[in-house]
Amino acid sequence: MATEAHGGEEGGLVFHPMDQFIVKPLFGGDTIEWYTITNATLWMGIAVLAIIGLMVLGTSRRATIPTRMQSIAELAYGFVYKMVEDVTGKDGVKFFPYVMTLFMFIVMANFLGLLPMSFTTTSHFAVTVVLALLVFLTVTIYGVAKHGTHFLGLFWVSSAPLPLRPVLAIIELISYFVRPVSHSIRLAGNVMAGHAVIKVFAGFAAIATISPVSVVAITAMYGLEVLVAFIQAYVFTILTCVYLKDALHPGH
Amino acid sequence: MATETHAAAGTAADAAHGAASAPGMPQLDFSTWGNQIFWLMVTLVVIYFVLSRIALPRIGAVLADRQGTIMKDIAAAEELKAKALDAEKAYEKALADARSEANRIANETRAAIQADLDAAIAKADAEIGAKAAEGEKAIAAIRANAVESVSAVAKDAAEAIVAAMGGKADAKSIAAAVTARMKG
Amino acid sequence: MEGQLAHIGAGLAAIGSGAAAIGVGNVAGNFLAGALRNPSAAASQTATLFIGIAFAEALGIFSFLVALLLMFAV
Repeated sequence: MATEAHGGEEGGLVFHPMDQFIVKPLFGGDTIEWYTITNATLWMGIAVLAIIGLMVLGTSRRATIPTRMQSIAELAYGFVYKMVEDVTGKDGVKFFPYVMTLFMFIVMANFLGLLPMSFTTTSHFAVTVVLALLVFLTVTIYGVAKHGTHFLGLFWVSSAPLPLRPVLAIIELISYFVRPVSHSIRLAGNVMAGHAVIKVFAGFAAIATISPVSVVAITAMYGLEVLVAFIQAYVFTILTCVYLKDALHPGH
Repeated sequence: MATETHAAAGTAADAAHGAASAPGMPQLDFSTWGNQIFWLMVTLVVIYFVLSRIALPRIGAVLADRQGTIMKDIAAAEELKAKALDAEKAYEKALADARSEANRIANETRAAIQADLDAAIAKADAEIGAKAAEGEKAIAAIRANAVESVSAVAKDAAEAIVAAMGGKADAKSIAAAVTARMKG
Repeated sequence: MEGQLAHIGAGLAAIGSGAAAIGVGNVAGNFLAGALRNPSAAASQTATLFIGIAFAEALGIFSFLVALLLMFAV
């Protein structure tokens, strides 16, 4: 608040770098109830439409020799399928639609968030925490249901010397419960940081002497953000697979 | 400064609902969490059903189809290749058969000719042998005749010579002398 | 005064981002060194590379988050 006020006076920062993340109701009204249609809702809806457009309409011809859209859809399918199969093994393939859902949503939301004037849904902790908690709960519930107490073998490092094992168990336990935190904050933090940095450079563009530098910096950051948008979706998905592997095959 | 910030934060909390520029991090404005979580769950459920019911089976089928087509093509190519190999083998076999047949015929012919030749040679040899034997016999007869004639002539001559000398030669001693001379 | 201290704290917390950058550079550099020694094994280890980068980066993101909190939420 203070920065904004000062910036406004000096004619430098005319907008706040975090303003782009504000959730606003789309159709008037001041309060945000749980059912209110906001800009976040709009961009989630656009992500859904984009996914349907790519994965359903793009493949509607079922061509043996694929069109451009169909090869993108097949590429995404093959990419995630191979990841799930490689990391979790053959019996992890039943989680493939779930992992694919996460991957498609995150990658679409990240890329759509890079459009100018858009809203990045994955930059909000509310979204990424839910995504990460879903993974965490899936892993925990599935692991306990499938392996029972054997699932606790995840924390008991049987390859370590016996006196060390309780200490390691505590560390493993902490790291297990920190997983959803790091899992969610990594995604939101990366996306938010990139967008905020772009906005900061955009604020500098108002100052005539450094505006060329600022434009170049925005371009470079934008390129980096395109990379980050994909890599963070990939990292989120592969960590999901790694955690699912723990549920499927506990024990070190 | 401090009071200013606090005051700003206080008013911000009130104005957080949809004010044009909410302060601080909009991410930590918990009043919007329920809304976002609700719509996120709707989004995820829609995506999940669209993907798991329509998109993924379809893409999987297309990929399997393509794999099948490729496999079929490869299998057909393998079959054609096997056929080509078979044909080549049959051709080689026919060629080898023909060659051995030709060899056999040539050998047979050669053997037959050889046999004829051998027979003819043997016959000729036999004829020649017979003729030679006949000739030899004739020669031997002639030679025997000649020796006999020579000894008869020699005896006659010796008798005549002895008689001319005035002696009286008995036939026995003349024959012995002639025989001894003719030997020596 | 309190707000200014918070800004100083935010700046200090941002040092963590640089430390995370060192960590990520370490991971990527060592991966590259290994990949150049044994290029045939490199392709199978890219997933491990990204997981390692993600873990190293997460801690930097944490410090970035602390900086943001100090800037905007305190």
